[in-house]
Amino acid sequence: MRLTLQVWRQPGPASAGEFVRYDAPDITEHMSFLEMLDVVNDRLIREGKEPIAFDHDCREGICGACGMMINGVAHGPSKGTATCQLHMRSFSDGDEIWIEPWRATAFPVVRDLVVNRSALDRIIASGGFISAPTGAAQDGNAIPIAKQDADESMDAAACIGCGACVAACPNGSASLFTGAKITHLGLLPQGQPERYRRALKMVAQMDLEHFGSCTLFGECQEACPKDISIDVISRMNRDFLVAAVKEREERSVAGAG
Amino acid sequence: MELKSKIPAGPLADKWDNHRFDMKLVNPANKRKFTVIMVGSGLAGGSAAATMSELGYNVKCFCYQDSPRRAHSIAAQGGINAAKNYKNDGDSVRRLFYDTIKGGDFRAREGNVYRLAQISRNIIDQCVAQGVPFAREYGGLLDNRSFGGAQVSRTFYARGQTGQQLLLGAYQALEKEIAKGGVTMYPRTEMLDLVIVDGQARGIVVRDHVSGRIEAHLADAVILGTGGYGNVFYLSTNAQGSNGSAIWKAYRRGAAFANPCFTQIHPTCIPVAGDYQSKLTLMSESLRNDGRVWVPKKSGDERAPEAIPEEERDYYLERKYPSFGNLSPRDIASRAAKEVCDEGRGVGPGGRGVFLDFGAAIKRLGKEKIAERYGNLFEMYDRITDEDPYETPMRIYPAVHYTMGGLWVDYNLMSTIPGLHVIGEANFSDHGANRLGASALMQGLADGYFVVPLTIGDYLAQAKLPPVDENTPEVREAVAVASGRVKRLLGVNGTRTVASFHRELGKIMWEFCGMARNAEGLKEALVRIPALREQFWRDVRVPGSGDDFNQNLDQAGRVADFMELAELMCLDALHREESCGGHFRTEHETPDGEALRDDEHFAYVAAWEYKGDGKAPVLNKEQLQYENVKLATRSYK
Ligand SMILES: Cc1cc2nc3c(=O)[nH]c(=O)nc-3n(C[C@H](O)[C@H](O)[C@H](O)COP(=O)(O)OP(=O)(O)OC[C@H]3O[C@@H](n4cnc5c(N)ncnc54)[C@H](O)[C@@H]3O)c2cc1C
Ligand code: FES
Repeated sequence: MRLTLQVWRQPGPASAGEFVRYDAPDITEHMSFLEMLDVVNDRLIREGKEPIAFDHDCREGICGACGMMINGVAHGPSKGTATCQLHMRSFSDGDEIWIEPWRATAFPVVRDLVVNRSALDRIIASGGFISAPTGAAQDGNAIPIAKQDADESMDAAACIGCGACVAACPNGSASLFTGAKITHLGLLPQGQPERYRRALKMVAQMDLEHFGSCTLFGECQEACPKDISIDVISRMNRDFLVAAVKEREERSVAGAG
Repeated sequence: MELKSKIPAGPLADKWDNHRFDMKLVNPANKRKFTVIMVGSGLAGGSAAATMSELGYNVKCFCYQDSPRRAHSIAAQGGINAAKNYKNDGDSVRRLFYDTIKGGDFRAREGNVYRLAQISRNIIDQCVAQGVPFAREYGGLLDNRSFGGAQVSRTFYARGQTGQQLLLGAYQALEKEIAKGGVTMYPRTEMLDLVIVDGQARGIVVRDHVSGRIEAHLADAVILGTGGYGNVFYLSTNAQGSNGSAIWKAYRRGAAFANPCFTQIHPTCIPVAGDYQSKLTLMSESLRNDGRVWVPKKSGDERAPEAIPEEERDYYLERKYPSFGNLSPRDIASRAAKEVCDEGRGVGPGGRGVFLDFGAAIKRLGKEKIAERYGNLFEMYDRITDEDPYETPMRIYPAVHYTMGGLWVDYNLMSTIPGLHVIGEANFSDHGANRLGASALMQGLADGYFVVPLTIGDYLAQAKLPPVDENTPEVREAVAVASGRVKRLLGVNGTRTVASFHRELGKIMWEFCGMARNAEGLKEALVRIPALREQFWRDVRVPGSGDDFNQNLDQAGRVADFMELAELMCLDALHREESCGGHFRTEHETPDGEALRDDEHFAYVAAWEYKGDGKAPVLNKEQLQYENVKLATRSYK
């Protein structure tokens, strides 16, 4: 099939960007979206032009490196699909496709379709873990976990950290990402000791990183390549609220003493 | 070069324990004074960096992705082995040890493998404590599945995303340490060379992908956990950026490279569809728990699978290997698939495929149970091929997957360069000539959580480490070499893309150094590879500049290294006049087509030593000692 691409080109973080039009005449429906871009890039290089930069690595929907706005939709038209798993059979001959990087204050553009998502790492660093230093663990079967809890925890843990939720959100909020980690760890018995502290810290970090606030639009769950449900956000909000109350109580007790 | 494996004396079961006692310790207050460079943030590197920081060392950790969480380990699907014997089916440390030695076709060290089997149990405990959501049974206890090459059920898993969940556990521990200040993380930073001062590894030269800056980072010791080099074949199940550059540069600086030709071709991958293809997608081995592999009995049978009656199907694995059947080890299952395709019985476009059929399992267990076990894999298959595996059998074919070879290391995981340790897939240590399924994750985490954080202390406690800085001549030399190479790559300005060279190299390797090898083909490859390399340096086109984000430049450097590594692989394959595990020489097979080992002449690790460009590398041999197992012909019949 023959396609026309309108691709966002931006040489660096400080420079201005613009859409540039490219012809993609020799695309087959079996190609993945990124393989389609490979073909375009191959031609650009042979013509002595600069290829389009985009992040990618596993190309099987699990590393979370890839991600772009395709016709205004994060990861494109297939639901529950990362860009690398999107296949060209989702498009038709003659289509014009608009391709842009994630747009969010917290994700500055590095080049073309590549953005800096290190803010997500810092949210995890602020509290998205269970403190279990190597060597201190008891036997794995010593803590039975109801299958349902383990399964629900796994549903949330499936997040690949691609940032599509942020890009899709009109406010640029990272609540789906943060809520997913809080839910993954908060549903497990091992996650209980740090549960409320975790919620406080992670939410605070999210604010620090200039992510917007969540007004429950639900666009994030539509864009998520792993179909993570916005229920995780309710859970985050609940844990955060309890944590805030606890903290106030602790402070007043300390104050009274 | 002398290869001292440093396997501790004493009974197998006590070696690690004794060794831990014998090792020198670094006083807790002194640990902060040591800086360790950890290249790689996969299961091996991520877990090692976090653990060393917990112990008190200063760690600098590097990865080429934008976040440590994206290391290739994230893509592992099926599971991780551990000798927990929770199923009471006769498993034990000794059985896991034996299965691994036998699976590796008796080309791995007893001492290392036994330690791995011992540590396997701690790994599961550690990961559970971190909140890895392993699959559970209704009673709340951990569930297991079976993997190839084992008759017990010892594989722990988290749906089809085990690698992801284990890596997130390590990554979260790593982020925790980053927040505490014990680890400094350098993402989007690629190692271009190793810095050696006074014979000791003291740093690395890196390129910052974003700024383009090339600079040295210095430390008291360096650890490489940079993964495997399967991408030398271009098409493989590895991530696009997976590369052999870090270990190759270490080899050029004097680290011995062990068994480079031992590569694993995985039997269950989605077949190649077209020239544009950039990677091959694995369908986890766990599918062979319930899927049955078959091809039509008649060659050239083009009927739809549903139209082929039972009696006209050849379930060749069940027929040839009745006791392991569909769960035969990978090398054996791959070769069997190639054989039936060579006979003209392959299915799908080009006849390069076999069926993996879930019909019987769906009838027996119901669609829902199958969906629960493999849902995400079925979806992935459907998305790529546009075929629904619940309705029609999958089509699969072998693809390059894993490299057992890697830098030679001793029992402490130290290479032949003092201070340079190597962990995870990047070393050669535990899998011999063939790795069993679900054992790479186990090895990566054993190395990272439990072995190297201790053995590095033993090194640091005894090493003499004079101060080094950017002006030390060796450091300046290494930076100059790396910068010069980048300039050279950009300066060729020829006509062919990096990818086109990589693809061509991959074809040579797949044809001559793939599933079946012979002297004639390998000699041919040894002519073609240098010719292609010469053409690369004359005619490659790398667009852009070295001063900013330039993905083509990064890739060009990796491909240039693959061009050299490929030659060493062929040389190794040519010298090993026997068949063992994943290394199958057509000149050495039994009358019924099985691998024919030659223990008398080849029961050794081949450790190659670099002698300079244009000079032949030197082969060093570490003789393998088997005191606890009897060398036997591997049989899965
Ligand atoms: C699709 C797939 C499925 C698999 N499934 C299983 C399974 O079910 N069970 C199992 O046991 N094994 C499985 N394996 C194998 C297993 O995943 C790998 O062997 C293992 O994860 C390797 O871990 P590692 O830490 O050694 O390296 P990687 O995870 O490959 O990490 C390498 C790290 O090094 C960094 N790096 C590399 N080169 C450089 C450089 N030059 N400069 C700076 N940084 C660099 C990378 O950024 C990365 O952080 C699978 C493999 C694949 C491909
Ligand atoms: S490239 Fe890994 S998720 Fe798309």
